Amino acid sequence: MIKVQKQKINISEQNKKLLMKKIGAAVNFIGIARPTNNSGKIKYIEIEHYPKMTETKIKEIEIFATKKWKLDKCIIIHRYGKIKPGENIVYVGTATQHRNNAFKACEFIIDYLKVKAPFWKIEKQNNKKIYVKSIKKDENKIKINY
Amino acid sequence: MKIIYFSWLKEILGTSSENIKNIENLIKWLSAKSIKHKKVFLKSKNIRCAINHQIVNKNSKIKNKDEIAFFPPFTGG
Repeated sequence: MIKVQKQKINISEQNKKLLMKKIGAAVNFIGIARPTNNSGKIKYIEIEHYPKMTETKIKEIEIFATKKWKLDKCIIIHRYGKIKPGENIVYVGTATQHRNNAFKACEFIIDYLKVKAPFWKIEKQNNKKIYVKSIKKDENKIKINY
Repeated sequence: MKIIYFSWLKEILGTSSENIKNIENLIKWLSAKSIKHKKVFLKSKNIRCAINHQIVNKNSKIKNKDEIAFFPPFTGG
């Protein structure tokens, strides 16, 4: 299941969806907006995305991960719009028979979301607006082409 | 995409038509629109492009009804 939404993600609701009877392991990742960065205190972040392309790219990641790590359940939710420090930004949940696959799939999904899905972050500080730059380290993590 | 000029437009521009066959042609054409366009398209190293929601390179061909998007590298997650 994938979703791109403006409102906060209900984490416990998503966790419940992961806990199905036939699974042996469930893993989740929650990305949270930081209160500070190297240049100061962040008032809020603003996430822009490219509708349609965003959903297409997230769906591709979901399909690949589900097949590769034999997932019984895969949930990917990413927010856009104005997000305050401490609020959730992204939720990835994976459920499968064994923990190794659940961990690997979850890590793969968040790594690929960062560099393959068309989202852009702006950090709003008191009088500044900073367009967040992509991190080379994140791009170098991408090894699988699907 | 082919753009055709007639009458005085043709005379002032010094050409009767322009062909925008691929992304590279389009970037050159956009760069001539204004100083801001030039700054964005010719001086920025990190501009990525998508045609109909698929990431493409500068040699990719453009068709008439294509939706073309330009953007910096992604920073979600």
